[in-house]
Amino acid sequence: MRTIEAKVVVLGAQGVGKTSMVVRYVGKMFSHHISPTIGASFFTCRLNVEDTRVKLQVWDTAGQERFRSMAPMYYRNANAALIVFDITQYETFDAMKTWVKELQRNVLEPMVLSVVGNKTDLESRRQVTREEALQYAASIGGNYFESSAVNDEGIEDVFLNTAIGLIRLAQDSLCSSLRIYDLSDPMSPVSSVGNESGVGQNHHSLQMTSVEHAEVERPRLCC
Amino acid sequence: MASKGVCEEKKDADNNEESDVVPDFEPGASLESMLVTTDSFEELEQEMDSSFDERQMKESTTSTISEIQEELNDTTVPEDSSSEQDDKIIENDEVEEIASQLSETSLTSNEDANAAATPVGSLPEEDYWQNPEWKERKKHVFILSAAGKPIYSRYGTEDKLVTIFGVMQALVSFVQTNQDTIRSIHTGNSKFVFLIKGPIILVSVSRTTESVSQLVLQLTYVYNQVVSVLTSSQLNRIYEQRRNYDLRRLLAGAERLIDHLLNFMEREPAFLLGAVKCLPLTPSVRDSITQTIVQTCGKIKNLVFAILLAKSQLITLVRMKKYFIHPADLHLIFNLVNSSESFKASESWTPICLPKFDSSGFLYGHVSYLSDDCQACLLLLTVDRDVFFTLSEAKQKIVEKLRRSNCLEAINESVNRPSYTASQVGVPEMRHFLYKCKSTAQFWSPALEPPYHTTEESQRLLGLYQALHHHLHAASRPLKLLHQQLDKETMLGWVTSGFELYVTFEPLITKHSAINAVNKLLRWIKKEEDRLFILNAPTF
Repeated sequence: MRTIEAKVVVLGAQGVGKTSMVVRYVGKMFSHHISPTIGASFFTCRLNVEDTRVKLQVWDTAGQERFRSMAPMYYRNANAALIVFDITQYETFDAMKTWVKELQRNVLEPMVLSVVGNKTDLESRRQVTREEALQYAASIGGNYFESSAVNDEGIEDVFLNTAIGLIRLAQDSLCSSLRIYDLSDPMSPVSSVGNESGVGQNHHSLQMTSVEHAEVERPRLCC
Repeated sequence: MASKGVCEEKKDADNNEESDVVPDFEPGASLESMLVTTDSFEELEQEMDSSFDERQMKESTTSTISEIQEELNDTTVPEDSSSEQDDKIIENDEVEEIASQLSETSLTSNEDANAAATPVGSLPEEDYWQNPEWKERKKHVFILSAAGKPIYSRYGTEDKLVTIFGVMQALVSFVQTNQDTIRSIHTGNSKFVFLIKGPIILVSVSRTTESVSQLVLQLTYVYNQVVSVLTSSQLNRIYEQRRNYDLRRLLAGAERLIDHLLNFMEREPAFLLGAVKCLPLTPSVRDSITQTIVQTCGKIKNLVFAILLAKSQLITLVRMKKYFIHPADLHLIFNLVNSSESFKASESWTPICLPKFDSSGFLYGHVSYLSDDCQACLLLLTVDRDVFFTLSEAKQKIVEKLRRSNCLEAINESVNRPSYTASQVGVPEMRHFLYKCKSTAQFWSPALEPPYHTTEESQRLLGLYQALHHHLHAASRPLKLLHQQLDKETMLGWVTSGFELYVTFEPLITKHSAINAVNKLLRWIKKEEDRLFILNAPTF
């Protein structure tokens, strides 16, 4: 059994539900009174997909404009990105595209891109059609998901597919910042050593995964 | 300078009191303090008023943050410092790019969201500011740019109030054309107070009993809150580039911090006193918490402050040698923590500008609650934005050690225990008091008991303290001792070189018994001082 450790960044305009999504997935709950993220929040979670354990270090970033200059430090060396928009606000779809462009410009390593249209519980106020979003996601080589953090719909899929994407990335071993460990000796990487600069100082990450309140572990079967 | 009558009263007190209360008796006093202490309200006010401008003048040459960074660079490998610089350059470019992009885009989404959130927002535009509910608010606070663009209104949506903002800007610029500055307008029972801070104008319209200087202090806090979110250098740069910039774009999501701050100031005497309250803990517990933090974080070079707090009360504060934190900055941190539910869900990495510490740049804060079963919030503030994982690891170690030494339990116990009440002091005529120790900038007050347990009455009580404070600190005629017999209570204020004391008594108490009661109270505080105050100033 192998362990893959990956850095995931969640991006998108303010108020689209980035934190709600992550908290729903990691913490299994939803709050209507969540306050805007200031800076960024850090979560860890683990998934088992077939014979591989995937550890995700999730950076949930703030959507407000004033934090935009901080974003590079979170997407630098990221292996996957969840780019979220609100299906009831067309301008958040445009903002999502801006994020994709910024990632394409600044991240040279291959990464798993997932476009997420959140708030499907507000279907009646939808402004972005599924087709348009699907088409866009395909054009950038990413997956498209729709989700509702309120009703807990589609969010498991987002993370599961991200994990599967990361496993593929690891198999192609295209990505030097992705860390792969042999389970028998989790402290020593069996393959490529990542870039050690920046926030994602990976050698700390093993201890990080035991943050109690932000940990999920669930068995996963992949088809 | 005290009036004659007051002096005599004081002499009486000394003669009558058989006890050992000597003139320099200062419960809670300490030779060292982790907080910047200011001697008096006047000084604080002045300082709050002036330091930014001074700082801005010096900014290009000295900044506390760059000073610390420079020191660090001496010890770090050159590669690191160069990568840090790269980040900075990206940041600046980025900000400018965004600033220019943003000013072109419209604000429609924001307006819609705001309108939906406020019921009054649905009114037709021209009637909006005539809405009785809006008009009857006791204290309005507005922020606008020097060019008259709306930035913030405490109640209602700014867009619907453009005309009012226009009038405010006209008043300011009309007085400015005569090389003068508008301070306040008084009409009936309303006060209009203006504060001009570089590129922005803050206005308070109040029907409360607060004095002009108290309202200015509040506006200064609001300005500090804005700076804390943006830094003064960013604020000034934006307006230098575009006089007409719509600042709401960059403040999005921070309005709630200002809202919360204004409400916070309306129930917390801490702002009035310029002091901080500590969570009562036995000295051995507090020491062991402090030592745990010092030992765990001692080797992390760029850590400036470690702050542990619960329920707006300080548990401990460890600082880098040479650097102190100003109570006003600490109040902003309390406000940030109290108004951000999101900190409870995870660890956060948050840029925070502490205006009194260094208004020109951000500190980076690792912010987290100790654990699910201990709701104390730990902030580790550093000048290095790349050390999240180092601090995260340190935090975990701190929690483990505190758990093993039963300190988490002790914190919980103190948080959940009902606070001391005035009756526990053993002076039956005394209802409530505020005690501030000047040398440490810390204060203490008991829990509110009937008749002050309702919101309305507790606000009235704070109003009485504000009035008392105003009389004692009036710039033209400051007093040392003041005894006020009012309808519903008797108030006594006493300012010495070491402390400030504000006491609420039963209405019919005599001066003589009031003085005796105060002496008894001071002895009680002295007895409890090592639980109620932090008497040392630990460093890493």
